Amino acid sequence: MIYVVIVFLWTSILLYILLGGADFGAGIIELFTSEQNRSKTRKTMYEAIGPIWEANHMWLIIAIVILFVGFPKIYTTISVYLHIPLVCMLLGIIARGTAFVFRNYDAVKDDMQKLYTPIFVYSSLITPFFLGIIAASSVSGQIDVQAPDFLSAYVFSWLNWFSVTVGIFTVSICGYLATIFIIGQADNEESKAHFIRKAKRTVLVVMASGALVFIAAYFEHIPLTNWIFGGWPGITAIVAASISLIVLFYMLYRNRPILLRLLAGFQVTMILFAATYTHFPNIVLLKNGPNLSLLLHQGQTKTIDTLGYALLTGSLFILPALFYLIYIFQQKGSETDDH
Amino acid sequence: MDDFLAARLQMAFSLGFHIVFACIGMVMPFFMSVAHFYWLKTRKAVYKDVTKAWSKGVAIFFATGAVSGTVLSFELGLLWPKFMEHAGPIFGMPFSLEGTAFFIEAIALGFYLYGWNKVNAWFHWFTGVVVGISGLLSGILVVAANSWMNSPSGFDYIDGKYLNVDPIKAMFNDAWFSQALHMSVAAFVSTGFAVAGVHALMILRGRNVIFHSKAFKIAAIFGTVAACLQPLSGDISAKDVAQRQPAKLAAMEAHFHTEKNAPLIIGGIPDTLNKKVDYAIKLPGVLSFMATGDFNGEVKGLDQIPKKDQPPVAVTHYAFQIMVGLGMAMVLIALLYFIALWKKRSWLGSKWLLKLFILATPLGFIALEAGWTVTEVGRQPWIIHGVMRTADAVTPMPGIAYSFYLFTGVYISLAIIVSLLLYRQITMVGKLYDSSSDHPKN
Ligand code: HDD
Ligand code: HEM
Ligand code: HEM
Repeated sequence: MIYVVIVFLWTSILLYILLGGADFGAGIIELFTSEQNRSKTRKTMYEAIGPIWEANHMWLIIAIVILFVGFPKIYTTISVYLHIPLVCMLLGIIARGTAFVFRNYDAVKDDMQKLYTPIFVYSSLITPFFLGIIAASSVSGQIDVQAPDFLSAYVFSWLNWFSVTVGIFTVSICGYLATIFIIGQADNEESKAHFIRKAKRTVLVVMASGALVFIAAYFEHIPLTNWIFGGWPGITAIVAASISLIVLFYMLYRNRPILLRLLAGFQVTMILFAATYTHFPNIVLLKNGPNLSLLLHQGQTKTIDTLGYALLTGSLFILPALFYLIYIFQQKGSETDDH
Repeated sequence: MDDFLAARLQMAFSLGFHIVFACIGMVMPFFMSVAHFYWLKTRKAVYKDVTKAWSKGVAIFFATGAVSGTVLSFELGLLWPKFMEHAGPIFGMPFSLEGTAFFIEAIALGFYLYGWNKVNAWFHWFTGVVVGISGLLSGILVVAANSWMNSPSGFDYIDGKYLNVDPIKAMFNDAWFSQALHMSVAAFVSTGFAVAGVHALMILRGRNVIFHSKAFKIAAIFGTVAACLQPLSGDISAKDVAQRQPAKLAAMEAHFHTEKNAPLIIGGIPDTLNKKVDYAIKLPGVLSFMATGDFNGEVKGLDQIPKKDQPPVAVTHYAFQIMVGLGMAMVLIALLYFIALWKKRSWLGSKWLLKLFILATPLGFIALEAGWTVTEVGRQPWIIHGVMRTADAVTPMPGIAYSFYLFTGVYISLAIIVSLLLYRQITMVGKLYDSSSDHPKN
């Protein structure tokens, strides 16, 4: 059962990055869109994301619940030593979720929009940035459970170049996912060409920030190259991701929006796979003391079993409903938007 | 401010904020579904208008409830890591099921809000009902987690170790039923009265009267029926508390001395030094009756509880008085409303009845917050009753006071923006929703 639980944990994190990431990306590209295209981008994104954005957000909760029920030691270590970036991420989540709803549901469209929009855009940037920092810090080996003072316990655990560059990388991944997603939503050739140009540019940004991560890892003495290229699964994943990127470029001008999304999703999946498999089962690496492992630091058998069954039963209800929801709202040209 | 106090206040604020949105998110979908049902049955446009106006409200509250809930699931670890390290695997079952319930709720809400004219009309209606049911279920599940803190079970606590964990048993602990029942009814009372009050105000002002009257009636009926059930469920809770947490009951009642034929103390100012309550009304024997079902039953007082295990008396006592007092006030209003419905139709349009409901707008939510204060402060100094102290659970990180100020600021600004948004929704009813507008200039 423990493996069922771990698969659910990994999948929830992946889906949060993919679906939630595309969602954050929507705000990020709005930030990098020129004034005249902005309202167009916003409207297209809103129509695509509106119905599912609540659900996207749930993957994070599922991951957290799995952590605190199944792996309490891991959950509490992260909460204590990464308190500050977690709070920053939470502020981002609050600001973004509420600003999204406020700007779409305010009965009067007036100057308040000028307040909601920047909150929405900047929090879309901040949230994945800190998410990336948290993920990177848990494996960067900077968490020191014996730290003598405040700074080394609660600040340097996450404030280092490696974590920051992974934060930037996460942001650019979100932007990339969103641009690929939005291509399929465009309703005329002109805006489609516009979004394709954007997508190409974000690919460059992703590559550049990825390179920065490796450079930072080198200076922080984190054996990232070893982790990823040290074994055939990592190499295979990276090669597969690169090939699919080439295919994606080739497909950009064909009218295959679903395929584009699948390819982009595949690339991100491969990146996450390459980044996590070498550590498995360790997910928090500590500076002093034993690493925290999904296998060694799991809860008691009975807890893991009930958790596993609860997740399996839950997904029987959730997955069909979710697919049906996405399917219904992908039917394009459905008449008046009457809400 | 010391870190421990800051952590407690931050938790209390976050929960107190979340609960308002959670209740509305649980209950409004039912109101909405009733209005929607009338629209599908009668095809009177006003019901469709009400449904749509309410669904906007639900969307706003849902989002705010969802983000504040997300914050909570992190805060449990950010503020109480030692607690979560041991409690997580034991009381986590309801949380993992709750995940499913939330998910279904979010999916159903997606269908509901964006599904007008896109899916079959009755399927669309049904997704609204699903939003309500799964919301209610998730509420019941979290309360099961909270009741475990009051009535820990499903594990053996031996030498500081938590052994033989049984998550199912932990979920169905002794307190879950009485708390879940009382909480669910409370959600209907507070949301019902709040919504009815707002619509009553609009009727009184003569704005879109037909629209607001239909909306008022639906909310008022839910609220008043629930208000009458609440004391019954409260009685079950009280008996339950008397059994499992005598210290909490004693604090609620400021009951300092163990005695038979114990009086029910109403109001008054507890004097913890001299162990008496000044200026209170005392109903002899009633507390014994409430706690044990017998006017001569013995009720444990604070004198039987070691000093270091006593909860704060004054806060618990005042909060309890506020809850019960407001509960009774709402029962009175409910009775008047029933008389109006069945016997005196002329009262229905009368100003005084509307004004009464307007005055009662916040009462349900005040009672709700007070009730939670009773439960949570009355559980102190324990975070897990009888097992772990709150002070031992708090995070080692210093500087929690800043985080408390930060979150308080965030919650206050959110509350202001949400109120502004609602105000705008309500004042724009004539323009946006009311197709049969009797005041076209609005
Ligand atoms: C609309 C709100 C509301 C109203 C009118 C009442 N309550 Fe209440 N009460 C709550 C809302 C609430 C609550 C906020 O929902 C609590 C907190 C925890 C819980 O389960 O319910 C609660 C807790 C609570 C507890 C403590 C339960 C525990 O710690 O397990 C008792 C003994 C009562 N209530 C009793 C009453 C009585 C005798 C009432 C008579 C009118 C009453 N309540 C009205
Ligand atoms: C939503 C309604 C709730 C409200 C308004 C509420 C209110 C409060 C208050 C006032 C405190 C501070 C008590 C004190 O320190 O004196 C508190 C503490 C706490 N509550 Fe609740 N509570 C609610 C529900 C819950 C639920 C459902 C849970 C968990 C499943 C929970 C878990 C806690 C924890 C862990 C603490 C901190 C430890 C403590 O002070 O004992 N609460 N809550
Ligand atoms: C420690 C206490 C609590 C935690 C950790 C918690 C957690 C959460 C989370 C994560 C969400 C977001 C789900 C989504 O995206 O839809 C949420 C929303 C919600 N919570 Fe809580 N919650 C707590 C207390 C409560 C209580 C006491 C109730 C009610 C009795 C409640 C009822 C709800 C409901 C109904 C929603 C759905 C949001 C809506 O419909 O507006 N929660 N909660």
